Amino acid sequence: MRIAIVDYGMGNLRSVYRAFEYAGAKPVITSSVEEIEASDALILPGVGAFEDAMANLLPLREVIIDSARKKPILGICLGLQLFFSESEESRLGENGLGIIKGKVVRLPENLKIPHIGWNSIEIKKKSRILEGIKHGGYFYFVHSYYAVPQEDVVVATTDYSVDVPAILEKDSVFATQFHPEKSGKAGLRIIKNFVEIVRE
Amino acid sequence: MLTKRIIPCLDVKDGRVVKGVHFKNLRDAGSPVELAQVYNEQGADELVFLDISASHEGRKTMVKVVEATADQIFIPLTVGGGISEVEDIRLILKAGADKVAINTAGIKNPDILSGGARRFGNQCIVSAIDARRVYENRENRYVIETSRGKCWFEVYIYGGREPTGIDAVEWAKRVEKLGAGEILLTSMDADGTKDGFDIELTRTISEAVNIPVIASGGAGELEHFYEAFAFARADAALAASIFHYHEYTVGEIKRYLNEKGIPVRL
Repeated sequence: MRIAIVDYGMGNLRSVYRAFEYAGAKPVITSSVEEIEASDALILPGVGAFEDAMANLLPLREVIIDSARKKPILGICLGLQLFFSESEESRLGENGLGIIKGKVVRLPENLKIPHIGWNSIEIKKKSRILEGIKHGGYFYFVHSYYAVPQEDVVVATTDYSVDVPAILEKDSVFATQFHPEKSGKAGLRIIKNFVEIVRE
Repeated sequence: MLTKRIIPCLDVKDGRVVKGVHFKNLRDAGSPVELAQVYNEQGADELVFLDISASHEGRKTMVKVVEATADQIFIPLTVGGGISEVEDIRLILKAGADKVAINTAGIKNPDILSGGARRFGNQCIVSAIDARRVYENRENRYVIETSRGKCWFEVYIYGGREPTGIDAVEWAKRVEKLGAGEILLTSMDADGTKDGFDIELTRTISEAVNIPVIASGGAGELEHFYEAFAFARADAALAASIFHYHEYTVGEIKRYLNEKGIPVRL
């Protein structure tokens, strides 16, 4: 089982790597098209800004879009947002990956932004990614923008005055707005569930 | 529902946790990784390491400590102390920290806040503000009424040794504009007293900005945490000695808050 963590210069790759190792996988951190093509699954992590991320991701754009049709892929935080075609955070128009229909918008300005901290999830749909996770379980969020999907992909939401999609699933594509690698035991369980999905 | 966070803070010197009063009479209190693990088990929502090493070598050791901790503990980790340029931020984040707390360097050179936020995202940049009450009038200061008379809050740097003349409320608004994602607000009046957080300071700053505020300084009793959240509108509360001296565990504080109706992660 080869899990590739996509390195595009944005984010806490070390923590993501260790969390997968902890869950029993041996991931590789890579920015090579060949390694990504040869992998059984992809992780798209990310902290930072949408526009910078898309610029850095440009050389890998096609291989990621192609991989998302064929194998399990997990987007984390900014990684989730990059699955959409456009974000209000970017001035460049529709330059996202366009794997999920919809857009990414800024949290309402009357709230404290970023949304930082442990928030509980409300489960909307059964999913293998939620194995062993309870309704109301807590995860660590840190973000200023959130996804508004135009497809029926929301598996769980979290309440921050608006309903923020917390977990998405579309075919073999999974994504979390929270950081599973920073969400203690519950987060490690999500990672383990993803590893199990890859194994199957 | 978004919960209020309880954050233990560890003072780290040359790779070891130390405890003392106001950085004096320091005693070795063990390995940062082991203590971080203990607090993690107790239900800490995040951890803060404050590097009080004076030397370049000590700071290099800090990178190793961060690596060892982040490899085993999967909750957010903030590192503060001695960060003076963007390259320091990069090294600490690369080692596995999620955020850096910047105090003196931000006052001396605000570009480190804006540059750090641009490069690594504003969620990484915590502006640490040490503030002290001043009861004498000065022009253009944000003055509030307190039970002890009118005062404004002055920013201090260099671990609380040097007053800057800068108004803490104005500075808080400025760091938000510069791109800080959070404010770690320490009351120098309350710090070390165990008489409770400075509620008036914390509420004033929390209402002045639109980013989360972490209250720090003065925690000694369970009620102090309740006051910080219920009256001072803090988003998180940080404490050190209450945990180091085993007065309360993180779990005890969170169960108390839960009973009082404050949302916490149990």
